[in-house]
Amino acid sequence: MASKPTFSDEIANLLHASHGNPIKICMQCGTCAGTCPSAPFMDHTPRRLIAMINANMKEEVLASNTYWYCASCYHCTVRCPCEIDIAGLMYALKRYSMWKGQFKEGLIGPVFSETFVKTIFRSGRSYEPILATTYLFTFGLQDFITEAQTATTMMLKGRLPLLPPRIKRLKNFRRMIGRVIPVGGLE
Amino acid sequence: MKKFAYFPGCSLEKMALSYHKSTIESARKLGVEFEELDDWNCCGATAYFHVDELLAYTLCARNLALAEKTNLDMVAPCAACYKNSYFTNDALKKDPDLAEHINFALEEDNLHFTGKVTVKHLLEVFAQDVGVDEIKAKTTRPLEGLRVAAYYGCQVLRPRKDHEDVEQPHFFEDIMSAAGAEPIDFPEKLLCCSGSLIITNRHAALSMVRNLLQSAAQRGAAVIATACPMCQVNLECYQKQVNQEFGTDFNMPVLYFTQLLGLALGITPKRLRIGSELVLPTPAFSRVRRTPATP
Ligand code: SF4
Ligand code: SF4
Repeated sequence: MASKPTFSDEIANLLHASHGNPIKICMQCGTCAGTCPSAPFMDHTPRRLIAMINANMKEEVLASNTYWYCASCYHCTVRCPCEIDIAGLMYALKRYSMWKGQFKEGLIGPVFSETFVKTIFRSGRSYEPILATTYLFTFGLQDFITEAQTATTMMLKGRLPLLPPRIKRLKNFRRMIGRVIPVGGLE
Repeated sequence: MKKFAYFPGCSLEKMALSYHKSTIESARKLGVEFEELDDWNCCGATAYFHVDELLAYTLCARNLALAEKTNLDMVAPCAACYKNSYFTNDALKKDPDLAEHINFALEEDNLHFTGKVTVKHLLEVFAQDVGVDEIKAKTTRPLEGLRVAAYYGCQVLRPRKDHEDVEQPHFFEDIMSAAGAEPIDFPEKLLCCSGSLIITNRHAALSMVRNLLQSAAQRGAAVIATACPMCQVNLECYQKQVNQEFGTDFNMPVLYFTQLLGLALGITPKRLRIGSELVLPTPAFSRVRRTPATP
């Protein structure tokens, strides 16, 4: 009988194409945790998350906010003495969790990523006002007002588009995307 | 005349229009011409890679194939566009199977990727292709006495491409010095502006922005210079939110390095779109010994 791959194997496979070394060789030095500007806000530091993956703690890893709070700044990646691509790992976990539909409740990250990709599929370009819909509802009144004031000032200064931009050869563009991923979910 | 294929990216169309204008104006003064890619698409920022790697590569490859048609090397002023384009180019060149797969998709738009262009960030064009000597020679209104925090952010330098210095770079400061400004010692220059966390985790993002503003202010910077629209917007447009959240009182102008460079090259503030900021830089310029004309 074929054996099921462990969680750490699955993640290692997702990192197959990355240039970094396998996370199994992590020596737990903590350089990544000390470098990461987002670590104080994460459930687990990048170092600890790697230890958890290597210990196959799948549920705990997926349920944490750590990888969705990664800003993709690559600071850990360029400093890791074992040359592990930690930022790439965070990307892989985001993809894995979206694919499994399994992530911590209340996060804006997954909705934002999805909205972004849909916007691009529709027009070929990104459009800030649409993206705002993914997070404005999470704001309290005061923050909402400040946000609206900022947006209005930017609009007046000609820094926010009124209409969504789009590329010219949109039909070709969509057919092109159709050749790499099933686009049903994007429509 | 040096010429490049120019990939402005979505932000430069509106949010960072001043970056676009000041790039074109400054480059022209320095004998560099840009040909905008015809019908370019969004590079995907950081979001595509969250969803699907193959999709991310395909979208970037389309822009690369458009650049190939011009027979010119490609330059991107946005750090995210640059990083995505650079690494897609690199990945496809190293993996012919991947390139074949993506070329199959590109056929739908009659395009083909071969990997013949070099992808550069705008800072590299000014630092290497133009060079500081040329900038110095063309500077007519040096920004004497203007204390600038040259802020690199992340993706101009990271991930590492080769053996370049990702811990102590100084090419950005060199450009600012060539324009007559005074780059301050700014140890936070390589830290992240929080990127899209400004949307997905506001609290963490504002705290990261605060950290950068605080250091720049404490070290006496009159202005922060950026080379990326995301950095500019996070540091400038969210200052009000930072002040609200932390009870601070920041009023730090954040300009694109091309706007400062442009002033030094004698271009009028209006043509550089100085004045479209939320934190007006005018008070900072009053400290310049040879004040550039006000907008
Ligand atoms: S820096 Fe590298 S080796 Fe050190 S804990 Fe982080 S991943 Fe492991
Ligand atoms: S890439 Fe992500 S995990 Fe690494 S230092 Fe930056 S925010 Fe932290």
